[in-house]
Amino acid sequence: MSAAAAGSADTALRIAAAVRAGERSAVDVLEAHLARIDATEADVHAFNLVTVDAARAAAAAVDQRVAAGEDPGPLAGVPIALKDNLCTRGVATTCSSKILEGWIPPYDATVVQRVWAAGAVPVGKTNLDEFAMGSSTENSAFGVTRNPRNLTKVSGGSSGGSAAAVAAGFSAISLGSDTGGSIRQPAALCGVVGVKPTYGMVSRYGLIAFASSLDQIGPFATTVADAALLLEAIAGHDPADATSIPQPAPKLVEHLDDGVAGLRVGIVTELMGDGIHPDVLARVRDAADALAAAGATVEEVSVPAITYGLSAYYLIAPAEASSNLARFDGVRFGLRVDAGTTNEMMVASRTAGFGDEVKRRIMLGTYALSAGYYDAFYGQAQKVRTLICRDFDAAYECFDVLLSPTSPTTAFDIGAIADPLTMYLNDICTIPTNLAGHPAMSIPFGTGSDGLPVGVQVLAPALGEVAMFRAAAALEAAAPTKEA
Amino acid sequence: MSARITRDDVIHVATLARLALDDERIETFTGQLAAILEHAQDVEALDLADVPPTSHPYPLVNVLRPDVATATLSNEQALAAAPQAESGRFRVPTILGEAP
Repeated sequence: MSAAAAGSADTALRIAAAVRAGERSAVDVLEAHLARIDATEADVHAFNLVTVDAARAAAAAVDQRVAAGEDPGPLAGVPIALKDNLCTRGVATTCSSKILEGWIPPYDATVVQRVWAAGAVPVGKTNLDEFAMGSSTENSAFGVTRNPRNLTKVSGGSSGGSAAAVAAGFSAISLGSDTGGSIRQPAALCGVVGVKPTYGMVSRYGLIAFASSLDQIGPFATTVADAALLLEAIAGHDPADATSIPQPAPKLVEHLDDGVAGLRVGIVTELMGDGIHPDVLARVRDAADALAAAGATVEEVSVPAITYGLSAYYLIAPAEASSNLARFDGVRFGLRVDAGTTNEMMVASRTAGFGDEVKRRIMLGTYALSAGYYDAFYGQAQKVRTLICRDFDAAYECFDVLLSPTSPTTAFDIGAIADPLTMYLNDICTIPTNLAGHPAMSIPFGTGSDGLPVGVQVLAPALGEVAMFRAAAALEAAAPTKEA
Repeated sequence: MSARITRDDVIHVATLARLALDDERIETFTGQLAAILEHAQDVEALDLADVPPTSHPYPLVNVLRPDVATATLSNEQALAAAPQAESGRFRVPTILGEAP
């Protein structure tokens, strides 16, 4: 086993409680995290940018507020890392792409405003697959993020940097984005908790768009309670996002001890067979047994249409991406490569600025939307999306939550998967949730025979976060100890 | 079932997407896109004539706000990241073939 860099950070709940009570200073908490960054970030490469000075100023400001008798908020003094596709005012935001290298956004994403307002201390911008397109963070223009549990392995993706930052103890919590599994899969591979909330629960304002009907921002944490705490802080209606659900943030933390007695849990048959590693299947069965032992009723349930999820996703997501990424044209921001005419300048800028995976998806999406193919590909995929929603609806008539693997395997070797289609198969368990707009989360539950973490996925219907977190809390309580 | 994507299709799509691909990439992408689209044939083959499409997962319609002007980026802020700006506007190279 190669050198690992897994950290042992304190939880956000404990940090915030101690800072609010004046028992610990936010500055001390931050320095402990910066010390871990100093020690192992060079090996892990979770960050595109560590904002040391701004973080020290933010921590000092939190301490001053406590000293003045004010309450800085529910995340008081909690170090947080932000995926580098979230706009941060005055702080470079790159999407791990050369086309945005050096770009300084003039505004904060809504989620960034909200974590600041809750008293959190942002420590930096985390690495990702370029424009969030990938499952290993190997597509970053700025280098791969290594898995803190084993540095020869990938951290997963696309939010690999945010998952690794929490796993390595660089920050107590972090934010990522999930279009087809980009929070849950890296959480599973790095052995942390990752949540993709209901579509529309968290504002996407200031999240640089990949596939607008699928993208959703969500939390990473070392515990289910910390993930709930962070989701409460970022959720709730935002007039700046027209797809924001007009409801306040749900109360989650207060339900974590409710237990799962009587909860109806369905194991998704279609995600328990071909293509899933036997170790992963065994941990999901263990997790189901643990929920049953805690009082839940557990049965298998078929959700047939999700077997078409991967195909539908890889038509819909690239189609939306090809449209969203048209804005990177060298005119208003980002890279410009000079050429004779404006059209030639656009071609030269995009060709130099985008990496191969981004180009591949733009090409795929442009093709799927082009004359003569629209109905066969994009239109057909949108109809399959309806079938998936219907089959999920039928399952949720009989079950409160569903259970499945998060990722087909544990973390794989850096460089092991070169073929794009093979890489896409990593998302087979996570994609159906995005197509339906539902919430789902990954909870670490034991390890494979390779000693690496396995993630178990809990899925719930739209706005079913309370039941999902109850099941997650029960799984966490029953999980085999992380560091065996 | 649609025909397999060809090298000429890839060149055409690259032009539409404002990307210049060298010969090696055209070759690689043609094979890779063909493999991905082949995988999607399970979806292509379904009879879904009676199924309505889902374009969006949450049924929100006509999201409006009051027609009141609010604070937004200043001209200076909007131009701050522009590769080239002049007289308060984004500057681009000539749009037509020859400079005037």
